[in-house]
Amino acid sequence: LSTADIISTVEFNYTGDLLATGDKGGRVVIFQREQETKSRPLSRGEYNVYSTFQSHEPEFDYLKSLEIEEKINKIRWLPQQNAAHFLLSTNDKTIKLWKISERDKRAEGYNLKDEDGRLREPFRVTELRVPTLKPMDLMVEASPRRTFANAHTYHINSISVNSDYATYLSADDLRINLWHLEVTNRSFNIVDIKPANMEELTEVITAAEFHPNHCNVFVYSSSKGTIRLCDMRSSALCDQHSKFFEEPEDPSSRSFFSEIISSISDVKFSHSGRYMMTRDYLSVKVWDLNMENRPVETYQVHEYLRSKLCSLYENDCIFDKFECCWNGSDSTIMTGSYNNFFRTFERSSQRDTTLEASRESSKPRAVLKPRKVCTSGKRKKDEIAVDSLDFNKKILHTAWHPTENVIAVAATNNLYLFQEKVN
Amino acid sequence: MFVRGLKRKCFDGEEDIEGTLAGIKAIPSYNIQRQSLLDMSLVKLQLCHMLVEPNLCRSVLIANTVRQIQEEMTQDGTWQMINTQSTGQASLDRLVSTDILCRSSRDQAEGKHVPAYGTFNKDFESDQAQDGSETMSTASSVQAPRNLQSNVWEMENPQENKGNFQKSLDQIFETLENKSPNSVEDLFSEVDNSYYDLDTMLTGMMSNTKMGHCDSLETFSSPTNTASNSNCKSDLNDLDHIVEILVES
Repeated sequence: LSTADIISTVEFNYTGDLLATGDKGGRVVIFQREQETKSRPLSRGEYNVYSTFQSHEPEFDYLKSLEIEEKINKIRWLPQQNAAHFLLSTNDKTIKLWKISERDKRAEGYNLKDEDGRLREPFRVTELRVPTLKPMDLMVEASPRRTFANAHTYHINSISVNSDYATYLSADDLRINLWHLEVTNRSFNIVDIKPANMEELTEVITAAEFHPNHCNVFVYSSSKGTIRLCDMRSSALCDQHSKFFEEPEDPSSRSFFSEIISSISDVKFSHSGRYMMTRDYLSVKVWDLNMENRPVETYQVHEYLRSKLCSLYENDCIFDKFECCWNGSDSTIMTGSYNNFFRTFERSSQRDTTLEASRESSKPRAVLKPRKVCTSGKRKKDEIAVDSLDFNKKILHTAWHPTENVIAVAATNNLYLFQEKVN
Repeated sequence: MFVRGLKRKCFDGEEDIEGTLAGIKAIPSYNIQRQSLLDMSLVKLQLCHMLVEPNLCRSVLIANTVRQIQEEMTQDGTWQMINTQSTGQASLDRLVSTDILCRSSRDQAEGKHVPAYGTFNKDFESDQAQDGSETMSTASSVQAPRNLQSNVWEMENPQENKGNFQKSLDQIFETLENKSPNSVEDLFSEVDNSYYDLDTMLTGMMSNTKMGHCDSLETFSSPTNTASNSNCKSDLNDLDHIVEILVES
């Protein structure tokens, strides 16, 4: 297992035709959905590699004598405005805007150079001709268009494109910056929670996202399990939040690990913009933006781990940051777990499913079998005991197609794509 | 990575704590479990501190856990109790000793004020008197730091151990914040190589304790057990890699 191949982020574009993955080695791989054709009806919806490029390289910060990892932490697509596709990809310190464009024509018949590119001798040019465009094999090029650097002292954990499609935010452990896509030498700091005395630091920013419809509103989550909603119209520096979301702690379940498991690893607005979802270590919570004192729905992802928290603290698994996502209609949510399991929760029916992403259990076009973890003493056939779970196989990154029931699941260095079976 | 059977040696979950608080189990067992959690947390912070840029979120969460335990121990009166008992003395000094190992060699070179070196020396000497064999491994691990800057080690400090503990937490954050340009070079140039033998250091440091799950510490020292998404690379090969970068640049 080469660690450079470990997938660190997965993201569909706005139409769902493109799927981007970033890995620990700083590479981005983009998959494109095959169009249905009459001649190949069975290949509907297959995703094939469209483009691969090296987005970030390892760097060395000479001032601090520290290595900067090239691992891609997040990728976010920009809405498509012309033939080319644009995406933002970020590592711990630097955000880059990439342009992915297709080239399927080549100019021939230049006056000043030969077909193979060599310059012609001037005295050999006896006539002028107009170059013509000839078709060529499709070539997909990725070129870096902007580099947004030197604005983050701490590690970037989130980027989010604004609904105005002109600005985006980047968040690190202590600060959130606002950028204009066209301007790379300046960013505006909109949230700063760094204490004057670092010794007083007890809380960090874990994720941030712009509201899908209101371009002045964004949220950020913290390591203490709180979410703050901010309105950029109210003040330039949004240290004062407009809304503060926190569920009161259940005193009966308090332990030394309570704070750690309450730390929010991901926050996502629903497509409608009415709700937001947060992921902490053991659960997923859906919040109504109008109700700050508690979530409207709570889903237990792997409650059977609650009695194992000490061991999970010991081996550091308790610090794993799981992501979560909505489906296109906001009716179902999905998140990952251990043993290559991932879970989906249907909100209205309260039905939940556990599925496994692995070579052994999924052949192409086979229907995935639901899995179950045995929590009581007696293990039924096909159930798996908690002690047998493989904690090295964690599904941290998942993505749902914006309109269809197609999901992408990253299991360490493998990407799985599942589609709803249409009868 | 998730070592089977480990959890049996380490207490798991609230059931145990609530059980002990209800008086069903003997109170000392809860204290021992809480102490081992404290030790584990300090080791984690220390590992973070030694290596390339630590994950701030993880460090903050662990530090908060340590503070919680400390507060509870203070409320219990256990903290004071530990101060007065001789066996307890060892555990407190152990807390302090992790602070010493936390400090980068640059700070030691600058003669930075580090509390409780005096108590560490005392502990070291008293241990030599008591547990000969156990101390031998401690000796090998502390030998390297002692070689560093002997003048700093002579400093005595009358401060309360509790204050030292808080200060050590604060110092961890300070040094996280202020990494000097020379810290990595200094780490490699001035320090004895045996300092970086994590196995020796961890086993040696913890050999005085009654923790009873040294295997859990093995998991820290073994490179393959590091969580893949943690920035704290406890793999010594990564340290070598950094040396290569330094040499090449």
